[in-house]
Amino acid sequence: MPAKTRYELKLGMATREAFGRTLAEVGKKNKDVVVLDADLSKSTYTNFFQKDFPERFFECGIAESNMVAIAAGLAYAGKIPFCSSFSAFVINKGFEQLRVTVAYPNTNVKVVGTHSGISIGEDGPSQMSVEEIGLACSLPGFLVFSPCDEVSMAAIVRMATDHVGPVFIRAGRMKAAIIYQADQKFEIGKGIGLTDGKDVTIIATGLLVAEALKAAETLEGEGISARVIDIHTVKPLDREIIAKAARETGAIVVAEEHLVDGGLGVRVAQIVAETTPCLMEFVGLTGYAESGSPEELIDKYGLLARDVLTAVRKVLARKK
Amino acid sequence: MPQKKSLDELKALSKQIRREIIEMITAAKSGHPGGSLSAVEVVVALYFGVMKHDPANPKWADRDRFILSKGHAAPVLYSVLAECGYTPKESLNTLRKLGSIYQGHPDVRFIPTLDASTGSLGEGVSLAIGMALAAKLNGSPSRTYCMLGDGEVQEGQIWESAMYASFHKVDNIVVIVDHNGIQLDGWVKDIMGIEPLAEKWRAFGWHAISLDGNNMSEVLSAFEEAEAIKAKPTVLISTTLKGKGVSFMENNPKFHGQAPTADEAKLALQELQ
Repeated sequence: MPAKTRYELKLGMATREAFGRTLAEVGKKNKDVVVLDADLSKSTYTNFFQKDFPERFFECGIAESNMVAIAAGLAYAGKIPFCSSFSAFVINKGFEQLRVTVAYPNTNVKVVGTHSGISIGEDGPSQMSVEEIGLACSLPGFLVFSPCDEVSMAAIVRMATDHVGPVFIRAGRMKAAIIYQADQKFEIGKGIGLTDGKDVTIIATGLLVAEALKAAETLEGEGISARVIDIHTVKPLDREIIAKAARETGAIVVAEEHLVDGGLGVRVAQIVAETTPCLMEFVGLTGYAESGSPEELIDKYGLLARDVLTAVRKVLARKK
Repeated sequence: MPQKKSLDELKALSKQIRREIIEMITAAKSGHPGGSLSAVEVVVALYFGVMKHDPANPKWADRDRFILSKGHAAPVLYSVLAECGYTPKESLNTLRKLGSIYQGHPDVRFIPTLDASTGSLGEGVSLAIGMALAAKLNGSPSRTYCMLGDGEVQEGQIWESAMYASFHKVDNIVVIVDHNGIQLDGWVKDIMGIEPLAEKWRAFGWHAISLDGNNMSEVLSAFEEAEAIKAKPTVLISTTLKGKGVSFMENNPKFHGQAPTADEAKLALQELQ
């Protein structure tokens, strides 16, 4: 008899909204926190902070390169700047500045890219950030976070504020299923095992965590026990939890709303190769998408529980 | 704080700094003599006549800051920092060598008392704005100075930052364009013309002052004028001679990014006596 999953997966707020709300709270406690945006504050939800602390909010207009380097200047002078825009713009147009004014001198800048992945929807590929994990992780000294729900986002914004050094946080446009209880503890660089399992491991990040849990529930009904791990910190990546999963389940599927090239999957594969080699499959994007509703896109581009299941079946068939 | 120097002392120090630049770059066998020599008067004036700073307390929060956005002119900055006592003078000639604190471009990892790492052109004004905004938030009198190359204003980010600074009335920064007319590939006017330069900055809402940037008294007066300007940022269009002080380097695009040979260095040092 299929056991009921422990996860209700009720829709909560979008991670971008959780970011904006938490940022305003953090700003109340920590007067060094300043916020910069590039004409998208209503979409990134930094407008909550702006409303409460207008003197510490800097509207930079549509000029992301300038915004990132101004943030670096503020950090040099002791402030804790959060700069935010659509991920596609801040990571790509700001990359040179992230490299030379943030990563290289190790300035205390926090970058929050919202509307990540293809689930931004109708706006289409120019606005879809699908390279950011690879780009952000390539910057030495950066912590890279990819929270899956409002609870983890809130915790990550607080941890990012306290951490001294560059941080990139990925946030989504769509409402995200609530995975965690309000009292869940999070630790930088520590993945979280959401279900126990011995036959296969599904390592997921962002919106794919909920899909992984749905897939695990289906598998359980088939007598296959799947371990689901949420990776909220893509860098530094949790070597221990990955090596243990490889050792104990012998098969890993990685699922992410990002290009497979340069994504979480290849980073997990590196650790698997370095610790306990095992069979792996990857669920992610292989190219640019198109306009459509978020639901249509994640269906067409293969980011549903169904696609995680296909990958699990493939890896289990190879295991035999 | 270093004692402010008289005009004659500043002129004499400029000559000494020029000699050190030649020695450093000759020892390194690579580097950018032209744009270091052109910038000497401005950097010397800043550290010994204009900025409030304290080598005994390098992280003093209310200090004035300097960002060398044209980071390839690092030798002029290093020589001046050593003269102030921020860094050791005896190792200046390790410039660009493995393990030296005197990296090819200014690097806070090696010299923590530097105000910023630079080297990729176009970023300095934005950094200066960030520091200036922090000063305003803190109610600090700190002012931030930022030197650009003239070729550097071809970078789009310069104009993003120029637009920001005037729109937000960031009046505690001063940008100096070291307008020596030459960039790596040749004359700026032939590569990508930037004139009318002062008018461009004015159109972006800046107070622009044109001056001879190799004339110490003009440099000092320009900074004095800048300090009095409120509600808008100020830019100094500092016309200089690339390679200033060494006859065969002056206005010679070859010495934008090439070290002198030992013989050339000897001649240069004779001219700078």
